[in-house]
Amino acid sequence: MNDYEIIEHTADIGIRAFGDTQKSLFENAAAGMFSLICDPSLVRDAVAFPVSLEAEDRETLLVEWLNELLFLFEARSIIFGRFEVDRISEVRLTATAYGESLDRERHRLMADIKAVTYHMLRVIRTDGRWEATVIFDV
Amino acid sequence: MADTIRYREITPYTWEIPRTGDMRVPGLVFANAGLMERAGQEKALEQVGNVACLPGIVKASMAMPDIHWGYGFAIGGVAAFDREQGIISPGGVGYDIACGVRLIRSDLSAGEVADRVPGLVHELSRNIPAGVGRGGEIRLDSRAMDRVLSHGVSWALEQGYGWPEDTDAIEDGGCLEGAEPALVSDRARQRGLSQSGTLGAGNHFIEVQRVERIYDAEAAQAFGIFEGQLCLMIHSGSRGLGHQICTEQVKLMAAAARRAGITLPDRQLACAPIDSPEGREYYAAMAAAVNFARTNRQVLTHLARRSFEHIFNCSAERLGLGLVYDVSHNMAKFEEHRVDGENRTLCVHRKGATRSFPAGHPGVPERYRAVGQPVIVPGDMGTASYLLKGTEEAMSLSFGSTCHGAGRVMGRRAARRAISGHQLKMRLESEGITVRAGRTASLAEEAPEAYKDIDEVVEICHRAGLSRKVARLRPLGVVKG
Repeated sequence: MNDYEIIEHTADIGIRAFGDTQKSLFENAAAGMFSLICDPSLVRDAVAFPVSLEAEDRETLLVEWLNELLFLFEARSIIFGRFEVDRISEVRLTATAYGESLDRERHRLMADIKAVTYHMLRVIRTDGRWEATVIFDV
Repeated sequence: MADTIRYREITPYTWEIPRTGDMRVPGLVFANAGLMERAGQEKALEQVGNVACLPGIVKASMAMPDIHWGYGFAIGGVAAFDREQGIISPGGVGYDIACGVRLIRSDLSAGEVADRVPGLVHELSRNIPAGVGRGGEIRLDSRAMDRVLSHGVSWALEQGYGWPEDTDAIEDGGCLEGAEPALVSDRARQRGLSQSGTLGAGNHFIEVQRVERIYDAEAAQAFGIFEGQLCLMIHSGSRGLGHQICTEQVKLMAAAARRAGITLPDRQLACAPIDSPEGREYYAAMAAAVNFARTNRQVLTHLARRSFEHIFNCSAERLGLGLVYDVSHNMAKFEEHRVDGENRTLCVHRKGATRSFPAGHPGVPERYRAVGQPVIVPGDMGTASYLLKGTEEAMSLSFGSTCHGAGRVMGRRAARRAISGHQLKMRLESEGITVRAGRTASLAEEAPEAYKDIDEVVEICHRAGLSRKVARLRPLGVVKG
């Protein structure tokens, strides 16, 4: 099974991410989101950004994590290609996002993701496997 | 999975979704049978029903003919809430706060200057940064940003980005009152700073258009529009600043709704009582984003006028590049409406819907007051856009609202799979439409076939009385991100 798949509605795009652990689920969700913005094979590991977050529940933690990365992308012009979640609980996360400064010629950006929404948001665990659904506003 | 939503046509082009379950009011959709069926299939009608469950909603949860599935609220949705009993919801406005359209006229005949259009489109694409991740030339320091957020377009005029008479032609005179810059977070500012003076990506565009047909000579004359005229249309929003404000506010409101004991059918419907700290703060931050969006469109107008001056070697004033109107289609506003014979102040949410005020309304600029508010409806890049006017019927039917565009029928990735950006560009150019796109591949996402038929959507609004047709504008040149 893939780490993530793209789901699509008429006006918006989302991802369904999978993982054997909550840690890999969050890593795969971030990779899935950035795969909509840019082909991950074009992104080098040049800088590392530490991320540390708290939220009230697991779903909100996922939205916060993805929003944090989106903010860094837009405000700092960093494109990410790889993610390592160091520690995670239901409401807390520390992670490192790897990427490089945005180069518009080389990175050939695709979708303009405005935000991560709460619509149809879901994080579930079945038979020891994690699955998350997130819809983006594009 | 919920049952199929039931609905019935109560008057031509007006469909009622009767109250069921937790709905406080019925749903009301302005459409034809075909559009209703499509909206039902994609669950947009269910979303109309969900909004009908929110506290303080007045009369009905409404949707315009360009209705389509959104997150939380359907796109094309209109919902008015009682000022005392009702709620305000960031999801009912959307992430792109005050996304909107403006139309700029000219004294030029499109036929006479046809050979200059490709050069003009190229010049516009050079002067106006567009596309994902592209920064602008105009950098705001934090004091300038505060002024933009609190005063809106007047900041741009102080900088020389526009003409004094532009202000009257912008909804609310270019400044929505009640904005509080202090409530706009550092993060929202950071996202806004690098993007002021940029167009953005997705469905945002700048188009050079030709007035192809006039339906209402009196209104067209009042709006300064004539057949064969060259015009310019700008579609853009509040950029990352608005997106960040909405992101933060949806989170705060989810907690506020829980405290107020509001049960939400969908988390994206997060809301707070209008008369609560969270409700007041959201409005003040949203108003700041509204001011930012309108100022940004003003800056883009300035850059566009400079492009015209360069190509035609003549001043923008002599070219007659006056602003016809600037109207937003993602907003919540306090407005006076007559409900069951009583005047009430309501918080009207329009998410993908346009204000459509009639002749004589104090909210309509004086120069247009005899004919009604100009309503600008952008279509897809291969077909047409419309200039309409507001109506008295809209006041009684839809809280003074009409459609905002064609509305998508095909997802972006589906469009990419079905259509080649390169072929689309060739097809449009063979139809005489010059295209400048940051990425040809992204162009396919905005292909005409990915959208509903704009003529049908506008015709339904016309026949239902939500707005009346004034002019149809055909694209001659398109700048996309």
